[in-house]
Amino acid sequence: MLLRTLFHLAALLALPPLVVGLVNRTKAVVAGRKGPPLLQAYFDLAKLLRKGAVYSRTTSWVFRAGPVVGLAAIASAGLLLAMGGAPALVSFGGDFVLFAYLLGLARFVTALAALDTGSPFEGMGAAREVTFASLAEPALFLCLLVLARATGTLSLSGMLGPALPGAWGEAAPALVLAAIGLFVVALAENSRIPVDDPNTHLELTMIHEVMVLDHGGPDLAFILYGASLKLFLFGAILSRLVLGHAGGGLASEALFFLGILLFAVGVGLVESVMARFRMVRVPQLLVGASVISAFALVLLLR
Amino acid sequence: MTIALVLGGIALPLASGLAAVALARRPAAAQAAACLLLCAGAALAIAASVAVLLTGEAAVSVRLALRLDAVSAIFLLAISLVSGLGAIYGTRYHSQAEHGAAAVRLQIFYGLAVGGMALLVAASNAIVFLVGWEVMALANFFLVLTEHEKREVQGAAFLYLASTHVGTLALFAVFALLRHAAGSFDFAAMEGVRAGGVLGARVFALALLGFGLKAGLMPLHYWLPPAHAAAPSHVSALMSGVVVKTGIYGILRVTGFFDAPPQWWGVVLLAAGGTSAVLGVAFALAQHDVKRLLAYHTVENVGIIALGAGLALLGRARGAPALVLLGFAGAGLHVVNHAVFKSLLFYGAGVIQHATGTREMDRLGGLARRLPVTAALFTVGAAAISGLPPLNGFASEWLVYLGFLEALRSPAGDLVAFAAVGAPVLALVGGLAAACFAKVVGVVFLGNARTAEAERAHEAPRAMLAPMAVLALACAAIGLAPAALLPPLARAAAAWSRSDPRLLAAPALRAGTSASLVSLVALALLLLAAALWAWRRRHLAAAGRAAPVDTWGCGFTAPTARIQYTSSSFAELLLGRFSWAVRPRGHAVRLEGPFPAAATFHTSVPDPVLDLALVPIARAYGWIASRMRVLYLQRLIQFQMLLILATLVAVLAWGFVW
Repeated sequence: MLLRTLFHLAALLALPPLVVGLVNRTKAVVAGRKGPPLLQAYFDLAKLLRKGAVYSRTTSWVFRAGPVVGLAAIASAGLLLAMGGAPALVSFGGDFVLFAYLLGLARFVTALAALDTGSPFEGMGAAREVTFASLAEPALFLCLLVLARATGTLSLSGMLGPALPGAWGEAAPALVLAAIGLFVVALAENSRIPVDDPNTHLELTMIHEVMVLDHGGPDLAFILYGASLKLFLFGAILSRLVLGHAGGGLASEALFFLGILLFAVGVGLVESVMARFRMVRVPQLLVGASVISAFALVLLLR
Repeated sequence: MTIALVLGGIALPLASGLAAVALARRPAAAQAAACLLLCAGAALAIAASVAVLLTGEAAVSVRLALRLDAVSAIFLLAISLVSGLGAIYGTRYHSQAEHGAAAVRLQIFYGLAVGGMALLVAASNAIVFLVGWEVMALANFFLVLTEHEKREVQGAAFLYLASTHVGTLALFAVFALLRHAAGSFDFAAMEGVRAGGVLGARVFALALLGFGLKAGLMPLHYWLPPAHAAAPSHVSALMSGVVVKTGIYGILRVTGFFDAPPQWWGVVLLAAGGTSAVLGVAFALAQHDVKRLLAYHTVENVGIIALGAGLALLGRARGAPALVLLGFAGAGLHVVNHAVFKSLLFYGAGVIQHATGTREMDRLGGLARRLPVTAALFTVGAAAISGLPPLNGFASEWLVYLGFLEALRSPAGDLVAFAAVGAPVLALVGGLAAACFAKVVGVVFLGNARTAEAERAHEAPRAMLAPMAVLALACAAIGLAPAALLPPLARAAAAWSRSDPRLLAAPALRAGTSASLVSLVALALLLLAAALWAWRRRHLAAAGRAAPVDTWGCGFTAPTARIQYTSSSFAELLLGRFSWAVRPRGHAVRLEGPFPAAATFHTSVPDPVLDLALVPIARAYGWIASRMRVLYLQRLIQFQMLLILATLVAVLAWGFVW
């Protein structure tokens, strides 16, 4: 048991950059390119961690605290996440509220760090990020409420645990809708197409990327690693939700990581076949996700 | 024994203003003495509240008609903490040596307001309660009027006075009705009144009007932003932090009298709470005066408290102890939490005003370098009010969430519907609050100074920073160890619902276990952040830190402070989602002709209730009244007779019909 927990913790810490590599590889394959190596994100992180840092003279301690607190918040949210076939390290009724709010804390400090530079572009990015995030929040909660209602449990581990197969038997339509809603939220929260384009080069059109323009060296490494960790967290939830956990044996471990792989490929495919939405359309997408999940919840009211 | 402490907690603040008068020749000593008296009273009241909360036994004095039970103790704790720290803050913020008679007046009415509040939460008799209520309400009027030479202050104070009197009128009716049903003005006699029928409905509706006006529940919030913005900052902290809570206390107290409150009470409170929370934060986003913004956030937080209270009422109507416990504990803890972080934020706003002479956020910027301590403390308060872990705002909002989740699990479909609406509403409010405070901290403290005043700002004296530090520590302490607070909150919930404490023990234990795991994750967060910080520090020392450079301007090489995002531009995208309620008005003087005059542009956000409903109605009434006056002035005696006759007929008709 302890060994397994350690394995999950190691996977949580080690795998996230690989997920980013998988997304990029998928995009490259669809576009007919060879693409960067799968492990490119690790190389980038290693390079950045070796570097020194340059700070703008406008910035204060808030700018330095942003990446540190942001990464710490996302990583501690990982403690609440059920991986493989096992429950999470820490699990209690209502833990998904803490999960969502820890991600909120990461966003709050990142936005503050962006505003600390005094750059209008970074202010613009921060404004967009908090706007879209506060619209994504109700959608995320509605999805999780669907899971809680369908499984009759209130912790992330319980919602994605042994009660889930039974819930799929009884309330498959609602869970499908919730999974769709959650996927949209995952795309929005992780600044992916169609909400934000991680590859764009025009600051005016960026959301997340423009907020971290002034970070460099280890700070940028913390931010990039935190972003991949967050992507991994959403992938893990979706993987457990859609594939279940197959009894908790070794098979469930394989199934879980297969799910993450599928998630990465799915994100990559969406990015390949879609353009990003115009900024004014994004709220409509997020409200749409809320409506879908609200409808799923209505299906469960009886 | 405890009741003596309570008595001290009421009497010392009431008398504290006298010291300021008696020693008026030596202003510094006078203010110190008044502050000491008030703090001594606050300390006694805190001791009494803690004793009551720890033992669960009420302190009673039948002869004085005082009774401090666990419900009152929560409120008395918040009142005493905020008022004591506010008095210390006030010694430098509004010093008697500098302001003379105005400071004396302020201290007299500050003491009266605090004493009145302590009296009303400890009262066990409707008459005593109303005496405390009016002392508080009137003292507050004079507190708002501290800078009475300013026109906007006069307007705000008058609006407050009119509103509070409407509320008091409703309260007279509430207690008259209860007296009629119970046969006595004693609260003890009123307990156990049956809620069914017309009486219960009337009492609840009137209580919601009277207490809701004080609490600032939408749409009864209209007086709150101008009044809280007009008062001196430590008075704003008192008003926003605790005076509005007396409205919550009243709603809880009156609904506590009834044995089985009908379900619709809870539903109405949930609806009012949800509306206040969402619209409160939406209007806050639109503000650019930092104190008005904080005042609108009070409306939001009162909404969150009302959500918790509504859940608890719903739980009592349905006989669901877990719902009662979680709803009440969430509401009760948020009462204390909001008092703590809202006072911290208002003190911070006071420091900003003191240092720069303005409350306009768009004229500030970059204050974190000039006021590092204030910036750090304000940021803690901002994160706490946004409900972010590991601070106290998260703990209480999380309890309310747990209440909604409890409803979600119930087999009954309608309770699930409340959860399906309530929890996402709370999530939306949390996201919006975080956005709003990212804007406040970002625009005021971060980036570059936008004006010369912001450039010249200076850090506040220690007497102003120390109270803020205490409050920030309280934010962290409550946020890190919420589990310790659940037993006292469960005692208060039992006292309020008059249910068997054993029924509430099981859900309290479950919530407590979960809360200790929240602490665990919070601890992990802090350790991780500290470790990362330490590693980077060592690494950068080794790798060498480059000299500071200018912010990357994306190729633009001549940036000024004025190209930064302002509070309006930061909120614009979000406000577009709320254009059905929040409609900023722009006032522009454009450049025209070959030699244009200076161009200006400013925006304001009309409050829908005040500016679009009440003011036009009052204008129309004034117009009609002035027409009538003409008739009087023409000495149309017949017309006056006709009016008297019409009134008589109307009164008689009323008598016959009812």
